[in-house]
Amino acid sequence: MPETKAIERRIVLANLDQPGYTPDIECYLKHGGYASLRKAAGMKPEEIVNEVKASQLRGRGGAGFACGVKWGFIRADEKKPIYLICNADESEPGTFKDRQIIDRDPHQLVEGMIISCFAVRAKLAYIYIRGEFAGGARILQKALDEARRNNFLGKNILGTDYSLEIYIHRGAGAYICGEETGLIESLEGKRAYPRIKPPYFPAVLGLYQCPTIVNNVETLCNAVHILRMGGAEYAKIGRPNNTGTRIVCVSGHVNKPGYYEIENGAWTLGQIVNDLAGGVRGGKKIKAIIPGGSSAKVLRMGEVIKLRQKQPDGSMAEKEMGILDIPYDFDNLQAAGTMSGSGAIIVMDETTDMVKAMNNINAFYAHESCGQCTPCREGSLWLQKITDRIVRGGGRASDPGLLINVADNIAGRTICAMGEATAWPVQSFVAKFRDEFEKACEKK
Amino acid sequence: MFTFMSMPPFSTLDGQVAEIVARYPVSKRSAAMPVLHLIQETYGFISGESIEWAANKLELQPINLLELVTFYPMYRQKPVGKYHIKLCRTLSCALNGGEALCEHVLKKLNVKLNETTPDGRFTVSHVECIASCGTAPVAQVNEDFHEGLTPQKMDELIAKSV
Repeated sequence: MPETKAIERRIVLANLDQPGYTPDIECYLKHGGYASLRKAAGMKPEEIVNEVKASQLRGRGGAGFACGVKWGFIRADEKKPIYLICNADESEPGTFKDRQIIDRDPHQLVEGMIISCFAVRAKLAYIYIRGEFAGGARILQKALDEARRNNFLGKNILGTDYSLEIYIHRGAGAYICGEETGLIESLEGKRAYPRIKPPYFPAVLGLYQCPTIVNNVETLCNAVHILRMGGAEYAKIGRPNNTGTRIVCVSGHVNKPGYYEIENGAWTLGQIVNDLAGGVRGGKKIKAIIPGGSSAKVLRMGEVIKLRQKQPDGSMAEKEMGILDIPYDFDNLQAAGTMSGSGAIIVMDETTDMVKAMNNINAFYAHESCGQCTPCREGSLWLQKITDRIVRGGGRASDPGLLINVADNIAGRTICAMGEATAWPVQSFVAKFRDEFEKACEKK
Repeated sequence: MFTFMSMPPFSTLDGQVAEIVARYPVSKRSAAMPVLHLIQETYGFISGESIEWAANKLELQPINLLELVTFYPMYRQKPVGKYHIKLCRTLSCALNGGEALCEHVLKKLNVKLNETTPDGRFTVSHVECIASCGTAPVAQVNEDFHEGLTPQKMDELIAKSV
C-alpha cells in the first residue's frame, strides 16, 4: 500500500497544513508569495493567457471547462469594462476544498485573482462567497486590505499602470448561486435565476451585460503556480487534457475523510478511497461511491465499467474494469458515465440504505431548485415526495419507474445544469439499485 | 431574543450602507444583499419597515428586496434565538449520524425543528451542506462552525451557550 505522502502531490495545498502557517501576508511572503504576481507584472496580458492555455488548466468548480479558452473569449479590442468573479460559493454536497484555501491560505487566492484579472484586463472583480462562510469572508477581507497596503492591489499595482479593485460579496444560502449566471444575477442584487445561454455566456454578456470571467477558487489558485513554473512545465503534471493536480474531498464511511491533492489521472478511485482515505470504516465493504459531488451519477461496487481509453498510438480501445480501477480525472470519470465534478467523493458502505440516501439527495435538490423552470421546480419536489413515501412505507410498485420517468423529464429541459444535477442521481440510483427500490416499495 | 426596545434607529446604519454602496460603483442594486445582511446582523431579522427603509436608500422598490428575503434561505423575517443551531442535513453528515444528532438536540432542548426555546436562547434548524463533509456531522451555531460532533459534544456546546 503506497503511503499517503507518496500519493499526494501538494501544490495548491503545499503550505496550509504546515505547522505555524498563518493566513497573514507576512507568512505568505515568507513562503515566496506574490512572486508570481511580480513576474506577471513584467508580462503582457496575452502572454499570461498563453501560459494558462499552454498549461491546459481545466476549471476546478465542476464543469472542467478549459480556463485558457474561457479567458481567450475576451476580445483584445473589447471596449466595455471587463469583470472577473471568483466563484467561492462552494456548495456542491461533499465538497470542502475551497473553504480550506479561503480560511488558511487566503493570499494564494488573492494573488491568483490579481494575476487572472491582469490577464483578462479586468479592473473590477468580486469574490462571491457563500453566506455561511462569514468567518472566511472576514479572513479574505483582511487579506485584501493587506494586499492593498503592499501595493499588490489598488492603484498602479507594483508601479505598473494597471489598477484593480477586488470586493467581497456574500451570498445568502442558495446553492443555485454556484451556477455562474445565477451567481451574476445574485451579484446584480436579484434572485439567482440562471440566464439562458446563448446569449448570456458570461464571457460575452456577464455582469452588468459586460464580458465577465467566472472562475472557481482552486482554478484561480492554480494561476499562481502556472506563472511560477510556466504553462508547459505545469502541463507535464497529470495527463494530457487532465493536467495539474486536483484537490479531492473524501467523505462518508471512510476511516480518514478529508481533502487530498493528487496528480490528475495518476491514481485510481480505489487508491484514493482505500490508500488515501484509509478504506471503509469497521472493515465493511464498499457499496457505492459518488465520485464528483452529489450531482454526479453514482457508481455501484461490482458493476463493470467499459472505459474507452486513448492508447499510446492514438487509437481508442475499450477496457473493462471495476469502479475502483477507474483513474481519477475529468475524462476517465466521464468515460465511465459519470463525472469528477467538484472532486467530491462520497463513499457508502454495505449497510447504507440506498433509498434513504436517495431521499436525502432528493431533499437537497427540492430545497435548492430556484423555481424558474417548471420541470426542475415541480420535478424535484415530486422526486422527493416519492422517495419520502417509499422511506415511510407508502411506496407503490410503480414508484421506481415513476422516479426514472420524472427524472428523464427534468434533464435537458431546464435553463441551467441544475436539471441534470437533480436527474442524474435519481437515474443512476434507481437503475443501479433497482432491487432495493422495489423491495422498499413492498414494505408497508 | 432581540426586542424592539433595544433596536437602534435605521439611521445608525447610514455610514455602513454608504460603505457598502461604494463597493458597487456600477449599480446600487448590487448592494441589496449586503444591506440585507447588515440589517439582519443588526436587528436579528428583516422587518417590513427595514425593507422600506433600505429600498429607499438603494433607490429600489420594496418588492425588489422582499423578493430576495423570500428567495435566499439565510434571510429571515422573524427573530431567532440567541443561539441559532444549524445542523447539516445533507448526505455526508446523514451518513455519519447527522439525523440522530438532530433528534438528540431537539429532545435535549425540547423543541421542534425551526422552533425557539421559550427562554429565547436556542433555535434549531437544518442547513444544507456547509462544506465540512470531511468532519461530519457538523453544525453552525450562529456563524461558527462546529465539526466532528457527537451528542456529548453538542451537550457541552449547549451548556456553554448562555
